[in-house]
Amino acid sequence: METENQNPIAETPGRPVVKIFGVGKAGTALVGALATPEFAEAQFAIIDTDADAFAGSPATVKIHLENKLLRGLGSGGDPERGRALAEEQFTTLKSACAGANVVFVLAGLGGGAGSGISSILAKAAREAGALVLAFVTLPFDCEGNRREAQAQTALEQLKAAADGVICLPCQKISKLIDENTSVIETFNFSGGFLLEGVRGVWQLLTRPGLIQVHFADLCALVRDRHAENVFAFVEATGVGRSREAVEKILAHPLLDEGRALADSDAVLVSLLAGNDLTMAEVNRVMEQVKRQCTHAQIIMGAAVDANLKGKLYVTIIAAKQSTANMPSRVEARASTPGAGGKHDVVIARQQRPRRTGGSKAVQTQLPLTIISKGRFDKSEPTLHHGEDLDVPTFIRRGVPLN
Amino acid sequence: MFEDSNIVVGLEIGTSKICVVVGEQNAEGAVNIIGLGQSRSRGVRKGEIINPEQVEEDLRSAVFEAEQMADVEIRSVYLGVSGSHIRGFNNRGMHTVVSAEREISEYDVQDVIKNAKAINLPAENTVVHAVRQHFFVDGHDGVTNPVGMLGARLEVDMHVIHGNANRLQNAIRLVRGTQLEVDEIVFNGVAASLALLNGDQKELGALVIDIGGGTTEYVVYSDGAIRHTGVLAVGGDHVSNDLAYGLKVPLSRAEKLKIEHGSALVLEESKGHTISITNELGLELKRINVEHLQRIMSLRIEEIFRLIAQELEQAGLTDYLRAGVFLCGGGSRVPGIVKLAENVFQMNVAQGHPGAVSGLTNTLDQPEFCTAIGLAKYGSLKNRKRAARPLFTPGGLKQAFGRFLHRS
Repeated sequence: METENQNPIAETPGRPVVKIFGVGKAGTALVGALATPEFAEAQFAIIDTDADAFAGSPATVKIHLENKLLRGLGSGGDPERGRALAEEQFTTLKSACAGANVVFVLAGLGGGAGSGISSILAKAAREAGALVLAFVTLPFDCEGNRREAQAQTALEQLKAAADGVICLPCQKISKLIDENTSVIETFNFSGGFLLEGVRGVWQLLTRPGLIQVHFADLCALVRDRHAENVFAFVEATGVGRSREAVEKILAHPLLDEGRALADSDAVLVSLLAGNDLTMAEVNRVMEQVKRQCTHAQIIMGAAVDANLKGKLYVTIIAAKQSTANMPSRVEARASTPGAGGKHDVVIARQQRPRRTGGSKAVQTQLPLTIISKGRFDKSEPTLHHGEDLDVPTFIRRGVPLN
Repeated sequence: MFEDSNIVVGLEIGTSKICVVVGEQNAEGAVNIIGLGQSRSRGVRKGEIINPEQVEEDLRSAVFEAEQMADVEIRSVYLGVSGSHIRGFNNRGMHTVVSAEREISEYDVQDVIKNAKAINLPAENTVVHAVRQHFFVDGHDGVTNPVGMLGARLEVDMHVIHGNANRLQNAIRLVRGTQLEVDEIVFNGVAASLALLNGDQKELGALVIDIGGGTTEYVVYSDGAIRHTGVLAVGGDHVSNDLAYGLKVPLSRAEKLKIEHGSALVLEESKGHTISITNELGLELKRINVEHLQRIMSLRIEEIFRLIAQELEQAGLTDYLRAGVFLCGGGSRVPGIVKLAENVFQMNVAQGHPGAVSGLTNTLDQPEFCTAIGLAKYGSLKNRKRAARPLFTPGGLKQAFGRFLHRS
């Protein structure tokens, strides 16, 4: 994968070097849970402002961001502090990311460390030449407005900094738990969901594919999507495993019992099974997925692992956005003179400066920002800090409506 | 000429409607609203006139309606002005007391105020209001009326609201063209806050946001005086325009959808809910997703609040708003807007009610009339001040006579 990457592929040719960073308390916990033999090839690192969290973490690299002002009390829930610290230690972060082809950033957004540091880390990793994929959780509604707002800001920053963001709003989880679930269980549960996503992507990247899903495909799917990506990871065994997998997908709570698939515009499906994977099985799963998502562009991959005899893993990542914003079509549009005005603004957002020597040498084009302002077309534009407020807010924010 | 001097009229030429409020002032100076006229405004965008002829027509019909209702002839009005060109800022003026016994006189006060107004405005701009906040006597803070005090140096903090002279003159000329006299021009935001806030709230500190059709005005009061004013040329029109664009429906339909299904927050029950719009024959034209409708609205309104919140944050006023935020204007009718504003400002938010006047209370207790009522109220305050000045001092007589000549 990622053979065009500027970094020489180090140990195992053909396989990317993956570094998994846990940021903040939630990130540290997630990394702790990930450190299983399955992820033996990955390198783990944790970053926090609070040294207490480091004890007992299996990570090989532990970066403690600290300065005198914090007095060892952590970032105190203030993302600005986390951010300032991370910016101060930018070179440390960058060197920690050096040598990796792919960096996963795991964090819980809403607090100080996770929200503040992760976007800076993503930036550092990109500068170090890695592709960055972030897996984050958004806080529960009950955690209050402030955390919610901080998390949203952080998510936006992260989306700008990382190649892709997969985000799990914890509130979705709360619908799945019953009255008697303890808080610890709930957090484990939501962490577990995120880990399933990490695991799915990990398998996608590390297992040799029969029908390969390139990391670029994955990034195209999650990059610049201003919507939430929903993902599901299901596992089935036995003779009727393909049928079981389909049933599980359609009942999966994070996919809203399959409804999310119907709403999505791009879906990545990756199957992983033992040598005994039959074409009929692949067919059966894909058939059902296709039937669910009539509008979506489907990216499909299949891989085989000899150890998984009798098992079938299916990873689905679905992204919601208007089809006009599919990166593959964007280029076509931008290069066609006179192509409809309203998407051009969106193009402007998508073509942000890429790091030098990126995976695709795409020459950026200046977008034609012609956008109808309706009744304000002929009036003096309302400029506020360089933003034309006459243009609908949802367009400037890139909020998708399908 | 004197018999109608107790009539005060507020005129607001807004982006969505032209509104005339006729008030009668009693001997104590309190205003009783006796007439109201309004008409749809067609020649105004973003608070500024773009088609004088149409505005004139609409204005005449609104004035006529108000005259009919109040049974008076309207001769002069207090005209509300708005538009993105209007800005406010704070300035301090200084004056040295020269009299031998160092007693501060009325003239010293006038001088210091004149000094505070003498600021470097752009050449094409003119002062709309200059509101005094506090006096300082020899650096001593918090003096509200220094006349009679002893001191060597008198300073004053003023809030100066200014705007582009030509654009302001456009509105004045238009009103004069309909044979109405303009007593004074008043910034709409100031008028709205006069109608909404009582003395306690001004003292505690409050933010008034008037979300109109084309503009959103905001005014911050604290310690009883205006601290900050501003205009965003974004309002209800923008919401409709966003909807028309996002939902791909005509503007008039968007306006209707906004009123019928609008919400400032995306409601849980509207997720996945669709409505169909039909033509006059009842045939379905299009299905509209209510969630999208509300999301578009929510984003726009939230942005308006955020821009204001940011500006107040920069001005360092957020901590002074102890009475909270008050919303008025037609835009504040959107359901859920109070909740949204609470989320953004993180403080108490309330729908403002014009409590400063009496008469026609049922009709007038609508957020969109706040500005016009405030204009009438402003007029009454000015009248009271004028009445307090003795008629037979040279200045007073001349002024009264001048008014007479002017009118007849």
